[in-house]
This record gives sequence, structure tokens and C-alpha cells, in this order.
Amino acid sequence: MTTSLFARYRTTAVVWILLLTAPFWLTMLGGYTALAGRVVVFALAAMSFNMLLGFTGIMSFGHAAFFGLGAYGCGLFLKYVMASTLLAILAGVLLGGILGTLFGLLLVRRRGVYFAMVTIAFGQVCFYVAYKWDDFTGGYDGLRGFARAPIWLGSWKLDLAGNANAFYYFVLALFAIATALQAFILRSPFGRSLLAIRENERRARFLGIPVERHIWLSFSISCYFTALAGALYALLNNFTDPLSLNYIMSGNIVMITVMGGMRAFWGPLAGAVLFVMLQDYISSMTVNWMFFVGLAFVLVVLFFPRGLMGILQKRSGA
Amino acid sequence: MLQVVLFNLTNGLIVGAFYVLMALGLSLIINLSNVVNFAHGNFLAIGGYFAYTLTPYVGFWGALVISPILTALMGVAIEQLMIKHVYMRNHIYSLLLTFGLGFILQDTCRYLWGPSPLPLGIPDSLSSPITPDLFFITWYRVFMVAVVVVAVSGLFAFLKYTRVGIRIRAGTLDLDTVAALGVNVAGLRSMNFAVGSYLAGLAGVLAAGQVGLNPNMGDELIMPSFIAIIVGGVGSLTGTLLGGLLIGVAAAVTTVFWPSASEAVIYVIMALVLLLRPRGLLGEEGMLS
Repeated sequence: MTTSLFARYRTTAVVWILLLTAPFWLTMLGGYTALAGRVVVFALAAMSFNMLLGFTGIMSFGHAAFFGLGAYGCGLFLKYVMASTLLAILAGVLLGGILGTLFGLLLVRRRGVYFAMVTIAFGQVCFYVAYKWDDFTGGYDGLRGFARAPIWLGSWKLDLAGNANAFYYFVLALFAIATALQAFILRSPFGRSLLAIRENERRARFLGIPVERHIWLSFSISCYFTALAGALYALLNNFTDPLSLNYIMSGNIVMITVMGGMRAFWGPLAGAVLFVMLQDYISSMTVNWMFFVGLAFVLVVLFFPRGLMGILQKRSGA
Repeated sequence: MLQVVLFNLTNGLIVGAFYVLMALGLSLIINLSNVVNFAHGNFLAIGGYFAYTLTPYVGFWGALVISPILTALMGVAIEQLMIKHVYMRNHIYSLLLTFGLGFILQDTCRYLWGPSPLPLGIPDSLSSPITPDLFFITWYRVFMVAVVVVAVSGLFAFLKYTRVGIRIRAGTLDLDTVAALGVNVAGLRSMNFAVGSYLAGLAGVLAAGQVGLNPNMGDELIMPSFIAIIVGGVGSLTGTLLGGLLIGVAAAVTTVFWPSASEAVIYVIMALVLLLRPRGLLGEEGMLS
């Protein structure tokens, strides 16, 4: 038990050292800081999604809805309401989170493949609204005309707009807060009862765990965090488009999570690194990058269902 | 105005017929194997591309017969190679697997046949309108609906009267008992997968004749097919049939009055069904949940 506890902190330490120093070693390896930002944003989306998939055992295939709603909420606030980055993020989180919470009420009694299909459909509704509502959302071309605003703390200015590193550390700080909250939630009695639902729903019910309410809460919490990732994604690109709501994006979030390892807390982060790398490198070499990403994913599902972290853990455990 | 409504109604029926063909194939596989085949739309595209390649040699009619069979064979090959390995696992893995498979198949189409849209030639006898007044109803559209009617009737007769069909229906209700009675369940699932892929291939040929081919042509049809299944009720093929027609016509009628909502309306129908009757119009309680 003590060794596994040690192993857990070791992983966390390694993860944070790598993330905090990313702007330095990434540029040395020929990358750019925005790439690290993308990894962190996708990792946050996938880790939030994994609270549901990996730790509650429920498969949503529509998490792009909440990701995209976060992005649109943030972008629309900056464009139409006021140029405040923090309030815009809050607007995105609330838009995605509250809609997710309401939608969750519709689905708590669905399970398995049915749950997945209904969540896909919800995502597609959001996709079509953003796609068709030209005047407000920019339609197919996406939402432009907003930019992240600097944050003033007293007279000290955090230059998010001009300084790529400042923005990266801003994203990383929010990532740290979000993942710390997630870890806290998953370690709480509530989080433990989610694991019980994942392992054996019927037994959990017999033990008096309010299964439906817990799944609903888990879904809602996951939606708020995913919307946060979406809001940061909009800020990262100063742009968002309907594809951020599409089921292909939901699929990407799922792929990141599964490739990284859905039973490990940091698994989705490993998946995000792999996914962003695959996408960036392979799409620069061939137009048929989907083939290779799909193939990698199929092989992981068939042969390594626990993903990258599963392979690493097996190695260190044996 | 009457013409506009008629135009959209016939459109709706034709689109609905497509949804039905797609959704019935998906539904068969979901019912027996608990696999939501995300790559079903890509099977459809491949059926269309097979027809494109075959037409110069065997003509449109030959392609209409052969390419769904080829699609079915490809479906079984894929099932044997990949999908059967996840039957025993939690059913989310099948969703993941076929999602990745969809990526692979779509890019394979793009690689083999090119990214740009291709036309599928149809016989001249089918491309003329039935009367000058109803210029928007070509014989091809009538023909498509006729083929769908024949295919759907054939499917229901197959399930009702043949030995394999009866076993498939029995397996939908209780696969363990069917296995205990000595039926080769693995073979049954392959057979069932072949039938589902056949329907996708057939839909692909018909769609290609109407709107042409492109590598992601299946993407637009897969979501409405899911909705058709949810609205009709998982576990009931009659429900899927009803659901497909319902959303096809609803989308078309909405086009008349509020064009930009035509895609969203099918999702609204789904939401209403989920609110008022969560198991779907004809679905059985407890399927897949």
C-alpha cells in the first residue's frame, strides 16, 4: 500500500515537473508553446470526461457539447458583453455546466450504449444550433472577433494577449486547480461510491447509494470541468467553430482518454500528449492522418484496453 | 405552395427510407450483439464506391445486386477480424472500436477513390421525371422507395419465416438460452452482421445514384439513424422502421416552414420521446440499460 502511495506521488511529481518546464524543453525539441497549451486543454477535457467514464463507468459520447458550449460561452461573452477573460471563462463554465446538469436529468436512467447514443444526439443538437445561427454564432465559419484580454491584479498586468508563456501558465494554473478539485472529489466518500457504482451498480444500490443521483452529480461535475476546458480552448485559439461541438470532437475526447488509460488519474494527460503529437506530426506528413490515428486507437482498444498508463503500471508492478 | 409541400413530403419519404435502411441494419446488430456500429455510415459509403467501380463492367443493375453482397462480405471479414473480440467485453468497447474503424475506413475510401465527389451513373430510363407537372419526382426516386420497400419486407419475412431469422429474434430476447439450446451463437452473430452490412451497402448504392459519392457521405446519415432507433425504441425493428419514416417526414415538413431548423427538429423529437416515453415508441423496457 505504501509503495503504491509512493508511486502515485511519484507520478504526480513527474507530471508537474514536465508541465511546469514545458515552454523550455518544448521549444528545444522544435515545438511551440501553443502546442503545450493544446495538450493541457485536451488533457483537462479528457480528465473531466474520465471522471464519468473511468471512475463512474458511464460512457458519454457527447462531451464535445459541453466542451463546445464552454468555448462558445467564453467567446460570446468576450465579443458581446465585456472584455474580461476571467468573467468570460466563468460564463463558458456556467453555460456548459448548467445545460449539462439539466440534460443529465433526462439521462440518469439510461445506461451503456443507450446513454452513449442519447449524449451523441444532444451534442449534435448543440452543433446544429451553432452551425445554423449565423448572426449570433458565426455559423459554419466559426466565431471570430474576440480576443483574450489581459488581467489586471491591482497595477500588475498579466499579459495574456501578447505573451504566450504567460497564457500557458495561466492555463496551467487553472488546470492545477481543476485537477486538484477532481482528485479531491474522487477521493471523497462521494468519489468512492462512484467507484462502487462502476464496479457493481446493483450492489451499490443495495448498500443504499442513491445511484441515479450520484450518476447525475458525476455527469454534471464532469460537464462543468469539460466546459472549463472548452473555454480555455476558445481563448487558446481566439476562435471557436461548430466542429468543437461535433461528435467527432466527442470521439477525440474519448480516444484521448482511452489511449492514455481510463483507470489512471493521469491517463488522459498521457493520451492528450500522444494524440496532439500524432495529429501534429502525422498530419504534417500525410493527408491520411485519420487512418493512422484510427489504427492506433483500434489497436489500443483491442490489445491494451488500459491504455498507455496501463502498460506503464503493469511494467512497474511486475 | 402545394408543389412545395409535395416536393418536401416526397423528399421526406425518400430521406426517411434511407434512414430506415441504415437504421434497420444498425438496429439488427445492436439487438443481437449489443454493438453500436459507428462505422455503419462508412459501410454505406463503401457500398456506394463498390458500385462506382463495378458499374463500368456490370452496369448499374449488376452493381445494385453485387455491391451490397460485397459490403456484407467485407462486414463479416471486419467482424471476424476485430469486432468479435469485444463481444465479451463491456459494450462500450465496441463503440470505441467501431469509432476508430470508421476513421480507418473513411481514409481508405479517400485514398482509393480520391477526396473529391464522384457521380454514380444511373440508367436513362430512371433519370426522367414521371410527369412534367411533378418534375421533382424522377423514376429513380420511385425506384428507390420501391427497393427500400422490397428490402424491408424481405428482411421482416427473413426474420419471421427462416430458421436463422427466428434464431436472430430469439437471440435478441435471450441469447443465453439460445446458446444453451445448441445454436452456434458466433455464427449467428456473423450472419446477422452480414445482413446489417448488406442493408448498409444497399443504401449506399441507392444514395450514390441520387446524390453522388464522397468519402464522408455516411456521416450525415449515421446520426439520424441513431435517432430513428432511439425514437422507435431499442430492441424493436418495427419501431426503427416507424422512427426512420417519422423523422424523415418531420425534417422535410419543417423545411417548408423553417428551413434552418430542419436538422434540429429530429433531435427535438428525440428529446420529446425521451421525456415522455423513455423506452421509445415501440421499445422494450430494459433493453441496453
